[in-house]
Amino acid sequence: MPGRDETLAALGRAAIHTVDVVRDVWLLLKDIAFWLFIAPWKRQRAGIRWESVIEQGVRIGWDAIPIVVLINLFVGMISALQSASLLKRFGQLLLVANAVALSTTRELGPLLTAIIVAGRSGSAFTAEIGSMKMAEEVDALSTMGLHPTRFLIVPRVLAMAIAVPLLTLLADFMGIFGGWLVAVTVVDLGSWQYLRHTADAIDMGDVMRGLTKSCVFGGIIATVGCYLGVHVEGGAEGVGRSTTNSVVVSIFLVIFANLVFTTFFYVIE
Amino acid sequence: MNETAAGRQGASAGAAPAGEPVIEVRNLETYFGDRHILKDVGFDILKGEIFVILGGSGSGKSTLLRHIIGLLRPSSGSIKIFGHETVDYDEEEWERLRRRMGVLFQGGALFNSMSVGDNVALPLREFTDLPEANIGIQVRMKLGLVDLAGFERLRPDQLSGGMKKRAGLARAIAMDPQVLFFDEPSAGLDPIAGAGLDELILRLRATFGMTIVVVTHEMESVKKIADRVLMLFKGEAVAVGRLEEVMRQTHPRVQQFFHRQADEERVDPKQYLDYLTAGGRREL
Repeated sequence: MPGRDETLAALGRAAIHTVDVVRDVWLLLKDIAFWLFIAPWKRQRAGIRWESVIEQGVRIGWDAIPIVVLINLFVGMISALQSASLLKRFGQLLLVANAVALSTTRELGPLLTAIIVAGRSGSAFTAEIGSMKMAEEVDALSTMGLHPTRFLIVPRVLAMAIAVPLLTLLADFMGIFGGWLVAVTVVDLGSWQYLRHTADAIDMGDVMRGLTKSCVFGGIIATVGCYLGVHVEGGAEGVGRSTTNSVVVSIFLVIFANLVFTTFFYVIE
Repeated sequence: MNETAAGRQGASAGAAPAGEPVIEVRNLETYFGDRHILKDVGFDILKGEIFVILGGSGSGKSTLLRHIIGLLRPSSGSIKIFGHETVDYDEEEWERLRRRMGVLFQGGALFNSMSVGDNVALPLREFTDLPEANIGIQVRMKLGLVDLAGFERLRPDQLSGGMKKRAGLARAIAMDPQVLFFDEPSAGLDPIAGAGLDELILRLRATFGMTIVVVTHEMESVKKIADRVLMLFKGEAVAVGRLEEVMRQTHPRVQQFFHRQADEERVDPKQYLDYLTAGGRREL
């Protein structure tokens, strides 16, 4: 039956493709680790390019501040309103502070920040590196004896791993601020009361776990963005396709990683 | 005698213009999956000559260039550069060798995030301990050589296609390489800009005695600059030697190329019918 043969062949091709991707990602991660941790000490003229790290850090972190501030402020306000409408029925309105503090530091801060960064910077990584590859700029780097991983990828990964946790801290603060804003204006809670409850509810462990997560999220976004950029094929159209994929794949992997983390933290608690 | 052997004999018999071989290629084979890209290619590139790798699209000339500059490993065979076997070089060895080679890519491959001057300065900043003032002098000198004096503050996207290529050339010669590679230098240029680039190639050789390797399909440019040529057809070296010798060769493909004739492949009608009805399972 030719239909079955073709299905098998398609399955086989998909399997081979998956194996190839896994191998390529593994090689890329190995390469990044080498140029990040080993080469700077072992080789001459192989240090980390800090000026690129700062340049990227500004673009990933500093430039994202307005949007991170706004989105987390709004979502903080939304969570306060939502939890207020629920908690009012149980006469526990003050627990709004706890609900907002917990959901923000544990989940919403790290996750929303990662999604914003994936959309703003992960996609930019793919587009930049992809078009550099199309214009043979990546080959030009290699033929000058400048390793593209050291030159293009390591600064982006490093900047991402630093910028995303910092943005997450800002996001946490803004989320709680948004909750407070709603609590004192709409819900009619006392300002000091709310803040005291928030301070009681915030667990430094939660914040640290959130920051650890966000560091991993940043690593995922940077790796996906760079990987898809390096493997762009098919001209300008290919760059566009890969850029879209970059956002979709990073957000999916970030949420999946979040699930893994949350399960892990739940089990060890 | 098959074509490849004839080609190689041409190479050894060709009256070499200059000294010892800088690049020696032997029995080079490349496969992409089932596709046989390069078939037993062999030739020498001699010190101080302008060597042109000539061929139509799909002839394997770009693949050959990528092998020589170490961007792609061949399936088998040998490539010696400055007397050292490079086929099994690791990354670090390549990085060292590459500082003695310069490559000009088709579009110039300038980094858009940097100014023209910074592009040219990049290899100097990365590989030397020269003070900035000295690097500035070098950059202005190299830009002057390619007729772009005073352009160092511009961004690459403010340059025309020809200027981008010349700026890319300034960057390629920043480290004073011994061998310089050009990938399709006249592609995408108007005839005047193309001719200008040819002049520049000749001038660089005359001034610095560099060995220059040019990959192209532009016959006009070949006639102007080439000392010796390698002609590739469907992955085979059909002719190697001094330009005049190769032009006299009677190989139909060589003649076709030099006289700019279109392909007229004769296809057996029955075979063609089989191909059409086989639903893509049979090759023509």
